[in-house]
Amino acid sequence: MSDASVMIVGIGNPDRGDDAVGRLVARRLRAMVGPGVAVVEHDGEAASLLDRLAGARTAFLIDACVSGAPPGTARRIDLGTDAGILPDLQFGLSTHGFGLAEAIALGRALGSLPPRAIVYAIEAGSFETGGGLTRAVADAVGTVAKQVAEEVMQDA
Amino acid sequence: MARKTRTIKVDYLARVEGEGAFKVVVRDGAVQSAELSIFEPPRFFEAFMRGRAFSEAPDITARICGICPVAYQMSSVHAMEDALGITVGGPLRELRRLLYCGEWIESHVLHVYMLHAPDFLGYAGAIDMARDHGEIVKKGLALKKAGNDIVNLVGGREIHPINVRVGGFYRIPGKRELADLGETLKSVRDIAVDTVKLVAGFDFPDRSRDYTFVALRHPDEYPFNEGRVVSNRGLDIRVADYDRHFEEVHVARSTALQSRLHGGSYLVGPLARYSLNFDRLAPAAREAARDAGLGTTCTNPFQSIIVRSVEVLHAIDEALRIIETFEQPDRPSVDVVPRAGIGHAATEAPRGLLYHRYRLEEDGSIAEARIVPPTSQNQPSIEEDLRDYVGGWLDLDDEALQHRCEQTVRNYDPCISCSTHFLKLERIEETSG
Repeated sequence: MSDASVMIVGIGNPDRGDDAVGRLVARRLRAMVGPGVAVVEHDGEAASLLDRLAGARTAFLIDACVSGAPPGTARRIDLGTDAGILPDLQFGLSTHGFGLAEAIALGRALGSLPPRAIVYAIEAGSFETGGGLTRAVADAVGTVAKQVAEEVMQDA
Repeated sequence: MARKTRTIKVDYLARVEGEGAFKVVVRDGAVQSAELSIFEPPRFFEAFMRGRAFSEAPDITARICGICPVAYQMSSVHAMEDALGITVGGPLRELRRLLYCGEWIESHVLHVYMLHAPDFLGYAGAIDMARDHGEIVKKGLALKKAGNDIVNLVGGREIHPINVRVGGFYRIPGKRELADLGETLKSVRDIAVDTVKLVAGFDFPDRSRDYTFVALRHPDEYPFNEGRVVSNRGLDIRVADYDRHFEEVHVARSTALQSRLHGGSYLVGPLARYSLNFDRLAPAAREAARDAGLGTTCTNPFQSIIVRSVEVLHAIDEALRIIETFEQPDRPSVDVVPRAGIGHAATEAPRGLLYHRYRLEEDGSIAEARIVPPTSQNQPSIEEDLRDYVGGWLDLDDEALQHRCEQTVRNYDPCISCSTHFLKLERIEETSG
């Protein structure tokens, strides 16, 4: 539960290579947005993530993804208008079984997503345990952070 | 007559923690083979713990599993304390039990509502179920969150807690924090009671086997952290004698070792714990179990969902008892002096007995580590369930039979840890600007 009406959530496992990118974007954003914006890092577990989002009016969710695009490719998905873009995922279709896709699907089914939710999905190159970011993904951190910061300003 | 072979194969098991697969081959109406393939990472952990300090074990082993990190922390601290000749009692021991209550609630509720209930209510998954049963799912999430709140307060954060150390804790929660937690638990207790009633009404396949149940047993408590290792076949041993009775064997299809007790399969987890410790449950949990139609033992693995729900209610009542009687300790941990030694411990992870053994050098560094997780122990039993039960379902079409097989595996809530996660996308437009 949060009192902040605008929330930025960086999602990922900090110790699995490019999976950390969402968290790193969030860390970058801490210094870029005002005190009224909640910036949190999260492991992405669906139930806990939904709970974290409760009360937010606008949520920016930043996570690593895999789609076959070149690593570092960033996509913006407005869950309000691009509803058909995310495939209708079931639990278990991602390797973790209970990640962001499930949180979104579950939140939709329960009507508990924030009224406005924007996903930034950054294509990962490697999920190597203990590995750092691949170069193209590291390059995307600043770009995505800047884009989110601009959106937050417009939203305010 | 032509021989007829039917193969039910699932390359990616849904609604289990991590990645697993199974294959059942039926020939001429008889089950030829049933194999479960899983990947469990603890073997790597055992190797890379060598040379690390004893004090690092709880934080390293917590990383083995995102669902049951407390179990790994508890087994590791108890084994280290055994090796170092330390006993942690009083409020610190109570706080460890409280932390364990949190993990049971988190883990069991996740399985009951998100992973297992869809099997009984006829949904492909929790999301489909949530569309029709939103209020039920919301209640489940609220109950799970109470478990998260316990782990968050006592463990320092919800996943991979950081507040546990050999000898106790780094920080003890304050009176006010514990009182607030107590209020949260009281507010969801009715949901726990209703959960038992809800799942008791499900339609259960009439299947059971003569399992060898193995669990901890304690003189006074439903087991979390401490007890003798007992079975319903007369086993009653100290944890230190575990290796004299249990062995791990390698099978080619799986990177996880399979455990045997005196050469045979056995079952750990809720069914075993319940059947060996019914008399140690909190009174309300016993009553809820009776009202749900359970006896003092349960041998139908499909009814494990009821047993998990009963254990959630027990965990809530036990957590409330601990909070109400808790007295702040003088210090958050007892003194620990390194020495050479061998230590063993077993605790009850949500999925069953979790055994750790360590050998320490004089400076307290780890010379050897051995970890036997519950899912490795249950793997032979899962395969035997498939072999035994599938024969009675051969009249089902492939899709229905496959679903029954998946459900048979999910009865065990197998925990196949997987520490990365990503979002799978199919088609997305490039961002502009």
